[in-house]
Amino acid sequence: MKLIERLNEKALVHGVPLSVHLDLTYRCNERCEHCYLEHDDRGEMNTSEIQNLLRQLAEAGVFFLTLSGGEPLVRDDCFEIIEFARALQFNVKLKTNAILIREKEAARLKALAVEQVQISLYSHRAEVHDAITKVRGSLQRTLAGIRVLRAHGLKVSVANVLMKSNASDNEAVGALAGEFGAHYMLDPTITPMIDGGIEVLRYRASAADVAAVFHNSALVGNVEQFCAPPQAIDDSILEGLPCSAGHTACYISPYGDLYPCVQFPLPCGNVRRQKFADIWRNSPQLAEVRSIRAKDLETCSACSHLGSCSRCPGLAYMEGNMRGPSSVDCEKSFLRTQIPSAAMMASGLSQRQAPRSSLVQIQLSQSKNGVASSVAAGQPIN
Amino acid sequence: MSEKYAARSRAVAARVLDGEMIIMSATDSTLFSLNDVATIIWQSADGQTPLSLIVRDRICVEFDVAQEDAYRDAKAFTEKLASHGILQVSDQPIRDDEPTGSVRR
Ligand code: SF4
Ligand code: SF4
Repeated sequence: MKLIERLNEKALVHGVPLSVHLDLTYRCNERCEHCYLEHDDRGEMNTSEIQNLLRQLAEAGVFFLTLSGGEPLVRDDCFEIIEFARALQFNVKLKTNAILIREKEAARLKALAVEQVQISLYSHRAEVHDAITKVRGSLQRTLAGIRVLRAHGLKVSVANVLMKSNASDNEAVGALAGEFGAHYMLDPTITPMIDGGIEVLRYRASAADVAAVFHNSALVGNVEQFCAPPQAIDDSILEGLPCSAGHTACYISPYGDLYPCVQFPLPCGNVRRQKFADIWRNSPQLAEVRSIRAKDLETCSACSHLGSCSRCPGLAYMEGNMRGPSSVDCEKSFLRTQIPSAAMMASGLSQRQAPRSSLVQIQLSQSKNGVASSVAAGQPIN
Repeated sequence: MSEKYAARSRAVAARVLDGEMIIMSATDSTLFSLNDVATIIWQSADGQTPLSLIVRDRICVEFDVAQEDAYRDAKAFTEKLASHGILQVSDQPIRDDEPTGSVRR
């Protein structure tokens, strides 16, 4: 077993929050069309509140600290916070659009031994990237930021989100990341707004584009393996946990609200009113999240994809039931394997059943694939 | 035998997880788990105390181990961590490297 897996297991057994994602602000110097946040400042934690929180996190055993936003560098005290976090020996990962990173900032991040900088990059073409961020010149500034970070020897990962407008650009963005010596990640999921709003989902890439990504060996490695039919369900799968959210990881907003994950907006407490450790140990909401095993999941527990599905309980929660399926993950399982999910079968079998896809439409009817069309028409295959 | 000095690098993350010291190098993202002996060396690596004294006064006091064997292991361990940028090792005391963990307030 790899060391990191063993540490995760140990953290799970001892109830240690190994990873925390802390958004320092929701303010941002870009206005990405698909962003899940409202950017107004509703009263962010100040420097000393954050420092106090960081002390509590270190005491609780947090090791991996992701600092993000919004754009964290729009805070005047961002470096002060990073410095404080590093002095407490967190492994710090910074998520940024790099627009504000120049020589001086890169040198400082290197001196502070930030382990990794993750940068959003949507296209290699300015007209596409800048149209998504709604900031003219943002591609050039982001690329300059990546360049200077790499010149200082920082580890950079480039994060791309697959959307309608950039669907044909992902290979070129991957190649560009490679030229910089940066790691490349492509996320085929646009998530709903943190308040549950679904307006941003209109930017989602088509099912055909997602399927093309899943069948591209440059992006997924071994396609046959990645798109293989699901493995047989056994007890270890049924007894498994949905994910790390609330078990060894959690998310804290700039206002101190604690959620199981940035993509799981179930309010569990607020670190301005309670100690972090109190919330982590005693929150009834976290207790509920922790009580759920795969076998308890409605619909999913009877789904052949259960063992390999990327089902996100946060997205399921935003659809109205944290024990239910997440339609975006149903779609991904289907597009990988061409085997319909239990949720798709159920909605196909009963036309009167309200579709779960009120949040994320499974775009089967748009698919050119014949199998997909037949499922959309309510005729489950196999 | 020339004396060795070791100092903890600032370019690491470190945490104790249920009694186990875990360290990650920010230089190459390597993750380490230190056993009890290695943890003592890590914690004592202030750049000023000779490795031989750390072995004699800390390790040989706490563990039933021959000083020579312990020193050989300690030297190999510090060199391994140095290759990942986690420790700085020198034949001279290391003055300027403030050990990580101190929080400027
Ligand atoms: S599956 Fe969803 S809730 Fe779980 S860690 Fe991933 S994003 Fe968060
Ligand atoms: S494919 Fe859908 S129904 Fe099946 S496990 Fe995944 S989320 Fe649940």
